[in-house]
Amino acid sequence: MIEFEIDGVKVKAEPGETIIQAADRAGVYIPRFCYHKKLSIAANCRMCLVEIEKAPKPTPACAFPASQDMKVFTRSPVALKAQRAVMEFLLINHPLDCPVCDQGGECELQDLSMGYGEGVSQYTERKKCVDDEDIGPLISTYMTRCIKCTRCVRFGDEIAGMPEIGAVNRGEDTEISTYVGKSVKSEVSGNIIDICPVGALTSKPYKFTARAWELKQHASIAPHDCLGSNIYIHTASNQYQKGREVKRVVPLDNEKINETWLSDRDRFSYEGLNSENRVTRPMIKQGGKWIETDWQSAMDMAYQGFAKIVEMKNPDAIGGLISPSATTEEHYLFQQLLRAIGTNNIDHRIRQIDFSDSMDSPTFPGLSINIEELEKQDTIVLIGSNIRHEQPLAGVRVRKAWKNGGKVLAINPVKRNYNFDTAKEMTVGISNMVPFLSEVVKALADKYKNKRFIEWLKDIKPSQDAIDFAEEIDKGVETAILLGADSLSHPQAGAIKSLVIAILAILQKGNYGELTTGANSAGAWLAGAVPHRLPTGENDSAGLNAQQMFSQPLDGYLLHGVEPEFDVANPQQALTALRYAPHVVVLSPFVSETMKDYANVILPIGAFSEISGSYVNVEGTTQRFRSANAPMGEARPGWKVLRVMGNFFEFEGFDYKDLEEVQMSFKEESDDDRKFERPMLYMKQDFVAHKPKGLIRIVDWPMYRVDATTRYAKSLQKTISDEERSARIHSKTVKQLKLNIPSGHMVEVIQNDESIQVKLVIDDNVPEKHVYLPAGLEETAGFGEVAGIVEVKIP
Amino acid sequence: MSDTTQEKLQLGILSKDVIKHIDHWCTKFPEEKKQSAIIPALRYAQDAAGGWLSEDLIKAVADYLDVPHIKAFEVATFYSMFDLEPVGKYKIAVCDNISCKLNGADKIVDHIKRRLGVNCGETTEDGRYILRTCECMAACTNAPMMQINDREYHENLTLEKVDEILDDIDKQEDGK
Ligand code: SF4
Ligand code: FES
Ligand code: FES
Repeated sequence: MIEFEIDGVKVKAEPGETIIQAADRAGVYIPRFCYHKKLSIAANCRMCLVEIEKAPKPTPACAFPASQDMKVFTRSPVALKAQRAVMEFLLINHPLDCPVCDQGGECELQDLSMGYGEGVSQYTERKKCVDDEDIGPLISTYMTRCIKCTRCVRFGDEIAGMPEIGAVNRGEDTEISTYVGKSVKSEVSGNIIDICPVGALTSKPYKFTARAWELKQHASIAPHDCLGSNIYIHTASNQYQKGREVKRVVPLDNEKINETWLSDRDRFSYEGLNSENRVTRPMIKQGGKWIETDWQSAMDMAYQGFAKIVEMKNPDAIGGLISPSATTEEHYLFQQLLRAIGTNNIDHRIRQIDFSDSMDSPTFPGLSINIEELEKQDTIVLIGSNIRHEQPLAGVRVRKAWKNGGKVLAINPVKRNYNFDTAKEMTVGISNMVPFLSEVVKALADKYKNKRFIEWLKDIKPSQDAIDFAEEIDKGVETAILLGADSLSHPQAGAIKSLVIAILAILQKGNYGELTTGANSAGAWLAGAVPHRLPTGENDSAGLNAQQMFSQPLDGYLLHGVEPEFDVANPQQALTALRYAPHVVVLSPFVSETMKDYANVILPIGAFSEISGSYVNVEGTTQRFRSANAPMGEARPGWKVLRVMGNFFEFEGFDYKDLEEVQMSFKEESDDDRKFERPMLYMKQDFVAHKPKGLIRIVDWPMYRVDATTRYAKSLQKTISDEERSARIHSKTVKQLKLNIPSGHMVEVIQNDESIQVKLVIDDNVPEKHVYLPAGLEETAGFGEVAGIVEVKIP
Repeated sequence: MSDTTQEKLQLGILSKDVIKHIDHWCTKFPEEKKQSAIIPALRYAQDAAGGWLSEDLIKAVADYLDVPHIKAFEVATFYSMFDLEPVGKYKIAVCDNISCKLNGADKIVDHIKRRLGVNCGETTEDGRYILRTCECMAACTNAPMMQINDREYHENLTLEKVDEILDDIDKQEDGK
């Protein structure tokens, strides 16, 4: 430790730490523009000049390391003079258009010129102007305001791996630009809005809709991925309708989860909250017509329908599906209600199709290390994970690990576009995920002469690729094996998991992680929103799972925050079952035509900013949050609706007065401090390749189609490329199919006797004999199922 | 790093010869620091393409070195020795910084302007010359000076000497 003085106060610093870092920790503010704690040092703005005793000239505090007994003055006449001079230079070409600038009121340049600037400039010449560029639907540019701090450039290079922005030209002609007017494509691009110290880069959706000082700030948790990034929701009062409206979402620092960043999905999804598809009054279908009604009648109708099924048939003709992004409290009440009705047909695993490991699964699927520790791994193995799109900020951590010299290995059904290099990457299609992994396990078992596993996999002969892959995994000291969405919704998900556990068992080292879908899969498991396990953690006789509820059609369905045509693994089957079911009750913040087609009662519930509750993230951390604004119209928080439904049935245990009582009851029953346990080794899978005859459809959910709120967020939707909406097929397969057409032409894709027309993209990143066609799109709404067989023809 | 947003379609633009030079320069830097070879690579590409760099050519160089396009654009727009539009075949750059100025750089510039009928920054109609002024080339001891095609220095200039040099070039070109 070094000790030195800043403005007469003794300060401690690690060797090598810069003056500004030590000053920040000691609470002494040194003005700055280019310095950012998460980026490399550029020292190009010179705003941080300070005086150092015995130094001949003022020194930039952001670049100068502290040393023993050094005396630093941040407010001495020399320092102030230097800072004033820099400020004057910075303003020479700055337009000073604060009244019409979106950054006004929260602008670092504005603040610092108040604190350090002169009232008058000596500069009377003409100011420079810079053309703006259109860099996409999310970020507005106003480049004349840019002060060339290069924070955005460094963010792109260092954090996001989106080297699309640079500083072109020279000297006073320098401009920050993409040069060729390309749009900035990154899952975390919105962060450059935050780090830009001026109004050069601002949020396009938020543009001109509010002023910083009109906003109220509410801490909350992002609802789209299993990390649970911390956010601030900013609301303003709405003069036309009473209540507050969400104007934007920005990150709330949490070093353990999102650092200072936020993914674009978490940042811009709030636009969905104000979509015209919000349902604001309870609705019921009567004589084939939808009418808006009051809560009493709608709840009564919902209740009557279920009561009738229980009476005429039995409670097992009822089933409930809940979104994995619902709060733990909602999951808890949801299962409480259905179990009170008398059925175990409860599930939140809407994208899963293989449930063979359910009974053996741990308290909840998750990560055996902290999110933070991901970047400290020297070896990361991604199995079926498009991590950049699924959990963008976990992707940022993996990239960091790679930048620190770590190694990334990957096995995927389709080649993914990572922003880090992979030491070895296998693209094996749906069919060969399990065979390849079993070869890897066998190779390791052979290497360590592990009899038990050699015996278990006696018919497997490892290929050279598998041996090399196994060798790379084995070299790791801190290894994390991460399963992504492509593994979890794989037809042999259970086998994949058991093989990964086997790898860890043979090596006796390494960390395990399932990067689950939705924001609160862990909470759902803990709360018992699965057919076979109670909130106490005990297994119960299993009801139907998310898959079976549609393959064995039921009479009554309760849906909570799910749009089956987009959200589930088998949308086609789901829609058919729902359309035939006599009684379908939907709790949702949104309504769609499809929903009106299959539902009988639609009960409006609050969307994410409008409810309080808690999420449990992938590492098992429970994070509570409070609502930022009232539910729209007559909508009510989901937990209240479920509670009142319980009252209609006159069930016991549904007299919660507030959310705290729900939380208490859940805590009592389940002990929500249960920690993640690594899944146990179970070796009962067989390892035949999933090789049905025909073309296999690879399905994933595009980043901005993962849940209803995101799908209704307009600006995010505009960023989805044509390619992502197409059927992507390998050039050789295209030839074999005799599709003599180039990319961009329409093809007909047929699955289970239904057909749709989409564009063809010839893409050799897709393995042969597969068709990569995502779910969740308008094009594929209600179409087919995950990993099914498709035909492709020219229409 | 794989980046499908950056299609690598432009590779074909670079000639074998240029690629040989680039490869040679790459050997001078560590494998993972290929970015360092951008300047020499752009120079060879520019020479082979008649003295200027098109957008596609810059992209092709970037792709060949496996660096993001913008990195090559940054370099190409920063250095004055790279031209981003078609210019004269012979690039005359007369230093007009302090030592040269004191020794009559202005007269040299005026003379060339008259002789070629162009202003600074302009290319002659026949596309043979472009005239420019430039910053100090560290040849102050022999001021005034000019440079032709980013390579040849001509020092201790007089109006006669300038004429000789340009006459030589004209002769050579007309003879072709
Ligand atoms: S756009 Fe903003 S962040 Fe980027 S260099 Fe300019 S001022 Fe800095
Ligand atoms: S903050 Fe130190 S030079 Fe910019
Ligand atoms: S001033 Fe002309 S070469 Fe230095």
